[in-house]
Amino acid sequence: MKVVFKYLKPYAFFVVISLTLLFGQVVCELSLPNLMSDIVDIGIIRSGVENITPETMMLPKEQLAEMQHDYIMRKGAEMLGITLAAAVSSILVGFMAARIASSVARKLRYDVFSKVNDFSNAEFDKFSTASLITRSTNDVQQIQNFISMGLKMMLFAPLMGTGSIIMALQKSTSLAWIIVVAVLVIVGVLGVVMVVALPKFKSLQTLVDKLNLVSREQLSGLMVIRAFGNEAYEEDRFDVANKNLTYTTRFVQRTMASLMPSISFIMSLVNIAIVWFGAKAISQATLEVGDMMAFLQYAIHIMISFLFVSMIFIMLPRASVAANRIKEILDEDLSVTDKEDAKSLENVNGRVEFKNVSFRYDEASENALSNISFTAEPGKTTAFIGSTGSGKSTLINLIPRFYDVTEGQILIDGVDVRDITVKSLRDAIGYVSQKAVLFSGTIDSNVKYGNDSENIMDAIRVAQAEDFVMSKENGLESEVAQGATNVSGGQKQRLSIARALAKKAPIYIFDDSFSALDFKTDAALRAALSEYTNNATVLIVAQRVSTIMNADKIVVLDEGRVCGIGDHKTLLNSCKEYREICESQLGEEELK
Amino acid sequence: MSQSSSIKTKRPMKHSKNFIADKPKDMKGGVKRLVSYLAPFKFRILVVAFFAALGTVFTILSPKVLAKATDELARGLIAVMTGVGEGIDFTVIGKVLLACVGLYVVSSLFQFVQGFIMADVSAEVAKNLRTSIEEKINRLPVSYFNRVSYGDVLSRITNDVDTINLNLNQTMTQAISSFTTVVGVIIMMLSISVKMTLLALCILPVSAVVVFGIIGISQKHFKRQQKFLGAVNGQVEEMYGGHLIVKAFNGEENALENFKKDNDSLYEASWRASFLSGTMQPLMTFVGNLGYVAVCIVGASMTSNGTMTVGGIQAFIQYIRNFTQPITQLAQVSNQFQAVIAASERVFEFLAEEEMPEIDVKFNVADAELSGQVTFNHVKFGYEGTDKIVIKDFSADVKPGMKVALVGPTGAGKTTMVKLLMRFHDLTDGEILVDGHNIADFDRKDLRSEFGMVLQDTWLYSGSIKDNIRYGKLDATEEDIIKAAKAAQVDHFVRTLPSGYDMIINEEASNISQGQKQLLTIARAILADPRILILDEATSSVDTRTEVMIQKAMDNLMKGRTSFIIAHRLSTIKNADLILCIKDGDIVEQGTHESLMALNGFYAELYNSQFEHVS
Repeated sequence: MKVVFKYLKPYAFFVVISLTLLFGQVVCELSLPNLMSDIVDIGIIRSGVENITPETMMLPKEQLAEMQHDYIMRKGAEMLGITLAAAVSSILVGFMAARIASSVARKLRYDVFSKVNDFSNAEFDKFSTASLITRSTNDVQQIQNFISMGLKMMLFAPLMGTGSIIMALQKSTSLAWIIVVAVLVIVGVLGVVMVVALPKFKSLQTLVDKLNLVSREQLSGLMVIRAFGNEAYEEDRFDVANKNLTYTTRFVQRTMASLMPSISFIMSLVNIAIVWFGAKAISQATLEVGDMMAFLQYAIHIMISFLFVSMIFIMLPRASVAANRIKEILDEDLSVTDKEDAKSLENVNGRVEFKNVSFRYDEASENALSNISFTAEPGKTTAFIGSTGSGKSTLINLIPRFYDVTEGQILIDGVDVRDITVKSLRDAIGYVSQKAVLFSGTIDSNVKYGNDSENIMDAIRVAQAEDFVMSKENGLESEVAQGATNVSGGQKQRLSIARALAKKAPIYIFDDSFSALDFKTDAALRAALSEYTNNATVLIVAQRVSTIMNADKIVVLDEGRVCGIGDHKTLLNSCKEYREICESQLGEEELK
Repeated sequence: MSQSSSIKTKRPMKHSKNFIADKPKDMKGGVKRLVSYLAPFKFRILVVAFFAALGTVFTILSPKVLAKATDELARGLIAVMTGVGEGIDFTVIGKVLLACVGLYVVSSLFQFVQGFIMADVSAEVAKNLRTSIEEKINRLPVSYFNRVSYGDVLSRITNDVDTINLNLNQTMTQAISSFTTVVGVIIMMLSISVKMTLLALCILPVSAVVVFGIIGISQKHFKRQQKFLGAVNGQVEEMYGGHLIVKAFNGEENALENFKKDNDSLYEASWRASFLSGTMQPLMTFVGNLGYVAVCIVGASMTSNGTMTVGGIQAFIQYIRNFTQPITQLAQVSNQFQAVIAASERVFEFLAEEEMPEIDVKFNVADAELSGQVTFNHVKFGYEGTDKIVIKDFSADVKPGMKVALVGPTGAGKTTMVKLLMRFHDLTDGEILVDGHNIADFDRKDLRSEFGMVLQDTWLYSGSIKDNIRYGKLDATEEDIIKAAKAAQVDHFVRTLPSGYDMIINEEASNISQGQKQLLTIARAILADPRILILDEATSSVDTRTEVMIQKAMDNLMKGRTSFIIAHRLSTIKNADLILCIKDGDIVEQGTHESLMALNGFYAELYNSQFEHVS
């Protein structure tokens, strides 16, 4: 919750103003019952005569009527003035609460987003993308709701409660015990509800998530489910989730349904008790009718204040969970940052050197990479091959500092990457990820992403994307939907290659980027690529031997270790693992 | 005494989000279909309506009854003051109060019962709707899901049904009780004084202007808020999902800038919406108090000339204070009701989608043991709703036990052929025969039970590894499962996992690698023990050494069974009995590896491109 207060601090002034306004509102609202009872007591019952004296009893009827009219008009105007003041201050408080809550939410959302923007892969692995998304969206929304309700209720209820208690006690101390009992009963009822229903409330979200999960799985696995004829099995699975959700929803709704009548019943009983005991007091002349009426009003105010306060206590745990989840993001230490004396990389040659690099994922028990050393020269292609899980992608992700090495060094033009500013380092790298990602926008905006090249057609041509881009009705300006759902897998991959190429970087990294391409396109792309990349350092991770067999240098990885470096011919003779991979993919004649 | 109104004041605030009620397209039709879902509960709903109305009547009656106590108090007081007549009679007051307790008990009980029943009804309606959607999903053709995103269907199952559930629960009872309250209060007021009632009714148009005015203005901002919230959340999802690229291309600043724009717009819309909707309460209170003062002024003169009692005016005052509340509520209920109809429209729209056509089953799989012979006879196919023909004229004859490979460039129609074979889509023209029987004459489930399928997209569900393999054959024993896992070369890997076969695969199945997932789906297909096996890029993410091992196991298993294989890696399919080369939806060449290489045509070119040297 601390984090919320931190963000509220700049608005302390407005919170104080709100508090003052709320105080005004409370004073107004508390004086209302008094006025109302005056109107009834003096205005109606006593014909507007404030102090009954023998003389006033003798006044003629007409004059009395006039007095009454004057009195009620006067008090009525007063009352309206006060309600108007209360309404105005309440609206002003609402205005400030809305502004403050929205401002805090805006700042929180922005700070969280900008912090996550600086996260490296290690942090993404730690939190998981899905969780980061909920934290940045739902959790912030929760806080906003809480602040907006909180400013109105949390400040209002205690003020109102205290004020009402003071006013009520002024009217009568002998009836105070009724309120004490009623408040105790209400708090008791709410306590029971909280103990019984709160765990169910909390489990509700989990059950909704579960139902969502089952439905989403069914939709994504539609073909598999039908292929195996498991529709009935899935319906059962859905049914279980559906029933669980329904039962809990019903329980929660039933609880809420019984809570409201119970509370209003308690309040009604308070009414009756006050009238009964009030009547006794009136008959003993220790209380006036009007005072009793006012007392009734105050009693209601007190109970509602307590209701509000307990509502806040119900809301508080949810909001504080959200706040903590946000705080975790804001407090997270970045694992990849610029050193203070980090240098900017200029006139890059592009020589990449690994020196005894070892890497271990957070909380992993074994190294993913051990003792890797090799050099990738400018103008040359260096390729990485190895079985699934051998560490190829991990290795290549260390170069743009998506992770930092655990041991050893990675040098670019002889400078440790950790001594270079992250921005200039990444500017020097054209990177194509394993999973092609495009952003919503146009083909043009995607290929131009992160670079300012005027002419992107070269890059599109080399990436073998020209044909399909040009065959689209709007060509480069064709829309790309969110999640790039309107672009096929192979097209996505080619566009993401074009995007990297458009950067004209001194270093290119292709992380298994050719797998969705058929062999012909793959071959054509590689041919065009070697011309385009000319003096650049090219690093390629691949599954297919054919993709990399012509590379200048091939690094063979097995279980995180280098088990061979050389060109295709040398490795065939010297490296057992490489030979096995080739044998599984190539025919006899190619192995010769 | 204004207790009922005071408590309910919380509600409009809580549900102010319903100001964004979307407008239904066809109100009448929507209501009609929703009513059909409510029909099974009509008895219960009648009870609710009855209890809600009755409960309200009792609530309305109580101020009038209580007024008798105040009357007696005032009478007694004046009597004491003036010295005429008896003082306060406590037996009268006692009786009145007892009657009040009775009223309160009954009305609370009624509220309780109706709330309880309505909670059940709305929860159950929601459950039935969800079940209907679920069953509908299984009856819709695959082509439907090519058009519509999962998110869209999902939001109907959760958001829309939830909207219906929540709002139905509240609107039903609130509509009834608010309406009864307004009518009841008017009647009660009339019974006290016609003149004053007419005066009080002047509040109605004023309230209406305030309520609808505020709803009108704030709705605009709520809509904008919703729009920018969607934009902001969309950006969050996109940037977080593609963070690797954002980083690699130094796109952080740009992303932040775009985010700031939408975030600022969201802020503007959000505070306005929240502020404007919040003005309703104080304004309505003010309107209510206006009425109060007016009634006091007129009432006072009426008491002084003896046309009204003090208790009467007391009661009237309470009624008028209870008057503005239900008006506000009715406005909100009508908004909520629109939301219900709009949501149910979306649900019913989905339920009305065209289903897979019924099949006239002419061939029963149980009648004969199929050998696995497959004939494609001039197959022509274009996806539903498009004019584009994907498969033009595809004919091939596959003998039982053959290993058939489909090769060709991306988009040639290989996967489409598989989908046609499994009858995920129906042919535009031509026929596919299994053992001489047209697949259109099979029951879909029967037909599919003859096939085993492994797709490139590895679908696993969040259950244990064991359950996921068992998915191929739900009644398989543990030994069968392990045997299948061994054949798929995944047994060893599973045993190294924390809880072995009982390890739960998490939501995104991110706790095992893509290659391992593929192995599990292969194990699943092996367990199904089908007559015909289809492998669509089944081993693309598995390293080639493991692939060779799987292939061996598979070859053993598939002896004497027909299999269809789609693969980019031509090494995978070199030993196929029949290779079908597909280009633009047509078979351009067919034969074995050797014969096709000898032909030196399309296949040979494709094959050689693997080894093309970069010049």
